[in-house]
Amino acid sequence: MNKLEEFYDIVVVGAGHAGCEAALAAARLGLETIMFTVSVDSIALMPCNPNIGGSSKGHLVRELDALGGEMGKNIDQTFIQSKMLNKSKGPAVHSLRAQADKQAYSRQMRKTLENTEHLTVRQGEVAELLVENQCITGVKTYSGAVYHCKAVVLCTGTYLKARCIYGDVSNYTGPNGLQAANHLTDSLKALGIEMFRFKTGTPARIDRNSIDFSKMEEQFGDERVVPFSFSTDPESVQIKQESCWLTYTNPTTHQIIRDNLDRSPLYSGMIEGTGPRYCPSIEDKVVRFADKERHQVFIEPEGLYTNEMYIGGMSSSLPEDVQYEMYHSVAGLEHAKIVRNAYAIEYDCINPRQLNPTLEFKNIKGLFSAGQFNGSSGYEEAAAQGLVAGINAALKVQGREMMILDRSEAYIGVLIDDLVTKENHEPYRMMTSRAEYRLLLRQDNADLRLRKKGYEAGLISQEDYDHLLLKEKQIEEEIKRVEHTNIGANKEVQQLLESLGSTPLKAGTTLGELIRRPELDYEKLAPIDQKREALPWDVAEQVNINIKYDGYIRRQLKQVKDFKKMEARKIPEDINYDEVNSLRIEAKQKLNLYRPVSIGQASRISGVSPADISVLLVYLEAR
Amino acid sequence: MADTIAAVATAMSASGIGIVRISGEDCMDVIHRIYRSKGGKFDIRTADSHTIHYGYIYDGGEIVDEVLVMIMKAPRTFTGENTVEIDCHGGVYAMRRVLETVVKNGARIAQPGEFTKRAFLNGRLDLSQAEAVIDVIQSQNSYALKSSISQLKGSVKTTIEELRSRILYHIAYIESALDDPEHISLDGYSSELRADVEEELAKVERLLSTASDGKMIKEGIKTVILGKPNAGKSSLLNLLVGENKAIVTDIAGTTRDILEEYINLGGISLRIVDTAGIRATDDVVEKIGVGRAKDSAKDADLILYVVDASTSLDENDVEIMKLLKDKKAIILLNKADLPSVVSVDNFVNDVDNSGIGEMTYPIVAISAKEETGMEELEEQIKQMFFHGELTFNNEVYITNARHKAALEETKKSLNQVLDSIEMDMPEDFFSIDLMNAYKELGSIIGEEVGEDLVNEIFSKFCTGK
Repeated sequence: MNKLEEFYDIVVVGAGHAGCEAALAAARLGLETIMFTVSVDSIALMPCNPNIGGSSKGHLVRELDALGGEMGKNIDQTFIQSKMLNKSKGPAVHSLRAQADKQAYSRQMRKTLENTEHLTVRQGEVAELLVENQCITGVKTYSGAVYHCKAVVLCTGTYLKARCIYGDVSNYTGPNGLQAANHLTDSLKALGIEMFRFKTGTPARIDRNSIDFSKMEEQFGDERVVPFSFSTDPESVQIKQESCWLTYTNPTTHQIIRDNLDRSPLYSGMIEGTGPRYCPSIEDKVVRFADKERHQVFIEPEGLYTNEMYIGGMSSSLPEDVQYEMYHSVAGLEHAKIVRNAYAIEYDCINPRQLNPTLEFKNIKGLFSAGQFNGSSGYEEAAAQGLVAGINAALKVQGREMMILDRSEAYIGVLIDDLVTKENHEPYRMMTSRAEYRLLLRQDNADLRLRKKGYEAGLISQEDYDHLLLKEKQIEEEIKRVEHTNIGANKEVQQLLESLGSTPLKAGTTLGELIRRPELDYEKLAPIDQKREALPWDVAEQVNINIKYDGYIRRQLKQVKDFKKMEARKIPEDINYDEVNSLRIEAKQKLNLYRPVSIGQASRISGVSPADISVLLVYLEAR
Repeated sequence: MADTIAAVATAMSASGIGIVRISGEDCMDVIHRIYRSKGGKFDIRTADSHTIHYGYIYDGGEIVDEVLVMIMKAPRTFTGENTVEIDCHGGVYAMRRVLETVVKNGARIAQPGEFTKRAFLNGRLDLSQAEAVIDVIQSQNSYALKSSISQLKGSVKTTIEELRSRILYHIAYIESALDDPEHISLDGYSSELRADVEEELAKVERLLSTASDGKMIKEGIKTVILGKPNAGKSSLLNLLVGENKAIVTDIAGTTRDILEEYINLGGISLRIVDTAGIRATDDVVEKIGVGRAKDSAKDADLILYVVDASTSLDENDVEIMKLLKDKKAIILLNKADLPSVVSVDNFVNDVDNSGIGEMTYPIVAISAKEETGMEELEEQIKQMFFHGELTFNNEVYITNARHKAALEETKKSLNQVLDSIEMDMPEDFFSIDLMNAYKELGSIIGEEVGEDLVNEIFSKFCTGK
């Protein structure tokens, strides 16, 4: 019998994007941390698409960086192409997306982990959680070793009882043929944790040398790259970039798929997991959007030291021979050689309703979880939760108040609140439309929103924090100055306005008013702003946005004020809803199930009416 | 302090005085915006607490009513918040106009039980009253919710549902393009959106005008016509409707056996319900009709009992008289053109002998065929109304005011979309205002937003890797 026993403060299970952030945060906060992975070679693996960021996901990375996470810094050092998406739209929906060199990304993260104090990286499969009196006390590995600890963060990703499927071939492995974790689920179920089974998928990888790029449109990165991290020197990311390529499916492709649907495990019932609607396989797209004659296909490099290309838009679980036929029907892929097949993957995850907004389990103290294990999807969603779970595990062990981000503070807050409050039946993806206060939650002001929280937790240095305070002050003063700068209808002004296609002034106005004109902005008006002092570009950017969208921003701030009132009304943990006589039965059941921490959270549970909330308020007051 | 709420604090009837109560943070600003003293100079915000002021309520440049305004400042008020009470002229129309003006100027219509709830939360009620407060909130809310949706006319509900589904489509389109800019383009989209929003705006304006003249909901005094078969009920209905050209509408979806009509009788709106004749029967279909007629009599505000004066009373009449118990009713002796068997005197006797109590109902002789006696009937109803014997269901007016406020908000949001398009704002701003319009319209038909948008995006637009 294995008698190995060790003691740590915090155990992190899994070394994907959630696990890495959780382990780094805990160790950086000074807690002795050990991170388990089934394979040390698969740390920070990107088993699906080769990019970080994208609409709303880019926001998550910026926020994570502001709080002191690693993903932003890591991608800034390993990207091979970068784009700011939605640049022609409002500032709230600008979003960064970078193509990663997958291997470099993985290696760089591993280097950081291995050189972080208080952090131990260990290969091994955690098979059992040790729990006493509803408190976590440690974990046991498959080999029988026991690791005593004060908190555990579960970040098992897609590895729990994982099964990869294409056609009638099915393997009980994690992504890329890595070993699955087959034992932990039973331990979780024995502890009374409710499990779901979800599904996702990935397209084939194709040899670059077998692709005819002349039949595709080349897609370039931005001329001027904006880094993800607020700490990265913008000059350091102006590198030579790689291209991506765009091609399309066609009626022939769709016919091939339709002819072989009966061989798809999705439609034959072989796959039982619930897949995401936002990331459908190509067979799903062809069936559900039958009238579309073509779908876009993006060909993206997987890195600088490989010829593998990712076929974005064509994930599939069709049999191998059908995959060949289908890819070959696409312009430019006629002679494509597949390096890795497309496949679907099924895995166990939890019903995230069982978590508090701190990401700690309601019923097991000291047990935290993050990432795909919580029913989300995507590297960025995972990393963001990993960071929050890691910070909170550390704060808990230190006996400090845990950190909760609310919906008005961060996309991360929206993500976690949605997971723990709403009914979730498919892998959850972040979307800008999920954030009701998105004009405030911009990627450009993530530092202004969250640095302070990161500083308070202990992940942001004094120097970085002082820099933020200076920035805040500069923005505030400049806005004041601009709003009070009078502009007369003189010749110079009229000429500038005319040259910018703006109507000449009839009477004097302020600089602020001119900035609000759609065709003008802070930068363009510099020539008539005599007293302007040179300010950093990011200060100028904030001044411009805050003045330009002032009306909308103020409206949202007012809504946030009301929202905050409801969030501030906490519900005591020991409340007995059965005692509240006038609650409707449905509301009682839901409240008992979700056990919300605040009146605000309670009001977002489906099945709890505004009248039930009034009743609760009165009941709490009378208690 | 919480946001500002308003409600009519007295019954919506033709009484002498009605009170509109306002409570909350912006209470003084709201009254300042709409109140003008006689001299026009007094700033009511500077008034001392617990003082009364004479003056006028204005909606823009138009006088709404001559009023007394009572100013009560926190904390010595019922709710514990700043409170203003406007004593206006009683009468449904005046009170409604005052309430609407208040809502237009920054207050919102209170939820059922909300004044009491605030009083409690601000410590103005004893802790022991908590249970009672909770009961009030829950019972009033479930009643309000039920009545608010049932009062809405079927055609209005359909229009709102159609509007919502168009708006949701646009939001979903914009949002999927924002989420997946490389798959879905918004080029040229704003002109398409503008045309559609203009169309929707026109529909919202039509709804608003319906709400203004009370046609949006089933309001009016519920007047049920009862009687034996062939007593002349339907002729009476036709006569009432025919004489009064102000027919509001017929109601789609009424059952075969119950017909509803809206009429305006000398300024009083009546919702007239015709029923199947009541008699003991074995016929299954007829039985159902009779059952419905009885049910409908139960929640009637006024019953018009049509008696065939040319035939003698029988056990069916006794059955009907029982339904009149504790109800406001008028007995109509029809077929006054034929030799009468039942006279006013022997009717009174018969009732007294039937054992249902003393006969106190007014009796009017009419002839639906010869169209006589209608003036007397009209006069009788007016009398009852102005003596306060007949009242409106308060809830109906509250519902209407709430719907109106929601439509006004919808209109504002859609106009905002048009402005944003005009100003060449980025598309993500459109969807914020569209979402607002979607929510407001939903509040009228009792629908929440929930996962609607996400579902629409996934079902209509193909996005993703």
